[in-house]
Amino acid sequence: MSDKTIGDSLREQGISRRGFLKFCATTASLLALPPAMIPQIAYALENTPRQSVIWLSFQECTGCTESLTRSHAPTIEGLIFDHISLDYHHTLQAAAGSAAERAREEAMKKNHGKYLLIVDGSIPTGNPGYSTIAGISNLDMLKEVAAGAAAIVAIGTCAAFGGLPKAAPNPTGAMSVSDLITDKPIINVPGCPPIPIVMTAVIAHFITFGKLPQLDNLNRPMAFYGQNIHDRCYRRPFYEKGLFANTFDDEGAKKGWCLYKLGCKGPTTYNACATTKWNDGVSFPIESGHGCLGCSEPQFWDGGSFYKPLSVPTIKVHDVMAYTAIAGAAVGLTVGGLNAMKKTNAVKQHETVTIDDLERK
Amino acid sequence: MMSAVDFLAWVRGPMFNIALIIFIFGVIVRLLEMLLIGRKPDYSEARESAFAGGVRTIFRRFMPADTGTLQRSTTVIFAGYVFHIGFFIVLLLFVPHILLIKDTLGIQWAGLPTPIIDAATVMTLLALLVLLINRLVNPILRFLSTFQDYLIWLLVFLPVLTGYMAFHHFIQPYQLVLALHILSVELLMIVFPFTKLMHTFTLFFARWYNGAIAGRKGVKA
Ligand code: SF4
Repeated sequence: MSDKTIGDSLREQGISRRGFLKFCATTASLLALPPAMIPQIAYALENTPRQSVIWLSFQECTGCTESLTRSHAPTIEGLIFDHISLDYHHTLQAAAGSAAERAREEAMKKNHGKYLLIVDGSIPTGNPGYSTIAGISNLDMLKEVAAGAAAIVAIGTCAAFGGLPKAAPNPTGAMSVSDLITDKPIINVPGCPPIPIVMTAVIAHFITFGKLPQLDNLNRPMAFYGQNIHDRCYRRPFYEKGLFANTFDDEGAKKGWCLYKLGCKGPTTYNACATTKWNDGVSFPIESGHGCLGCSEPQFWDGGSFYKPLSVPTIKVHDVMAYTAIAGAAVGLTVGGLNAMKKTNAVKQHETVTIDDLERK
Repeated sequence: MMSAVDFLAWVRGPMFNIALIIFIFGVIVRLLEMLLIGRKPDYSEARESAFAGGVRTIFRRFMPADTGTLQRSTTVIFAGYVFHIGFFIVLLLFVPHILLIKDTLGIQWAGLPTPIIDAATVMTLLALLVLLINRLVNPILRFLSTFQDYLIWLLVFLPVLTGYMAFHHFIQPYQLVLALHILSVELLMIVFPFTKLMHTFTLFFARWYNGAIAGRKGVKA
């Protein structure tokens, strides 16, 4: 880690004390921490040497990095991102090839046991050749770097849950970080991509408290993923009233009615989009007229069509229904026929007994 | 262990398929088997139309019975109506349910706002509880009740209860409670053809036969 503290570099950038405290307050409220924690955050950020971070990108689309670096400058999250010591990120760093790998190895050695490992992208476990960096397979590199990490942040749905690469039939044998590493604290920050401030807040928390924030059952920070989109959605009153958009350009869509019928996955999705929003708080997918895709949930690619309501089966049922009905009719008719035969036989075998017959015996 | 997300994927996919196959197959086989038994031809001269008698009885028996029966079984009749009406409101007029019907059968209709569905759900649950208590308290009913009666009560109660819990997010994560709700419905679908739940369909034939026989004889049944 470099010796300059975050406080130093914020001051160098001309950030006032007031602005800095405001950032600390924002961070505290984002993480759902009590205001009493603000001085603690400020103290930690001012005095902690810049956190060494190694960022590994595996089977990914760079969307997560894009999301973070394109956050509107000069936002506070942009600043804090500038002031961590990003020792290795093969998309962002200037060095390439063996020079880059040397930087990684140096950072690992210097900060062994203390650096934060950030991973985006899933890890192929089929043929190692599906994804390599400087000739090293993703799996080997993950294991090597994870061994000396204080904690791991799995950024994006691919690193957290496998994401798109893991979608059926998962040709590369893609796995998530937590599928492969079990002996380190792991925090999942899923999303396709995740909200930039969520990641910076997680890093701020780690620097301040030296540990990861409170996590949910999927190891996601509670402060952001404890919220259900449907519960926070401003279109919710329309859902309750039974007012839905049926197509993307009907009256309902124009009036901003609920998007459930168009496949919105808000009810099964936990993320901060509905409150934190995107692009500097401008909007979020539902606000711009498209249902939530559920991108921060596991298996979001295999959870049925994006455009089918949540209450319908994920399989095609019509063929099954037709064949079952035909089979049922065939068996029903056969059983009916057998019963009829039994009846006819019984009638046939019925012997009429007359009074005379009885008297004869 | 299976995660809530996997569980939900399973009940919305493979498990739904299994339940659907058993339900459709079972219902069709049993209905055909019963209907194909037929009735003996009646050679007597018809006094009045059997058809009119059959139709009349199908509808008339939706009305509460005569005052004697009404007095003797007030609880069962009253709670029974509340339960059945509430159950059908929730099943057929909640928008996500209508979307499921639209996706499988291709037909749809308008739904109701959720507060009305919510109220109907609570009424249905209460009516079901009243019916269960009545069954346990009334000595004759208790004597007549079989294991199946209690099983069916439970399998009907659970979808309504889990649906209510899912709607109100009583269990976190939502995927889990939604999956439990769907699974409870699938269990109901699976036992449906082989239990007294078949009365959903057979009540119409039974009423029809009764009404038609009486109608033909000129009896106002
Ligand atoms: S748009 Fe989506 S999240 Fe919003 S109320 Fe409708 S279903 Fe829920």
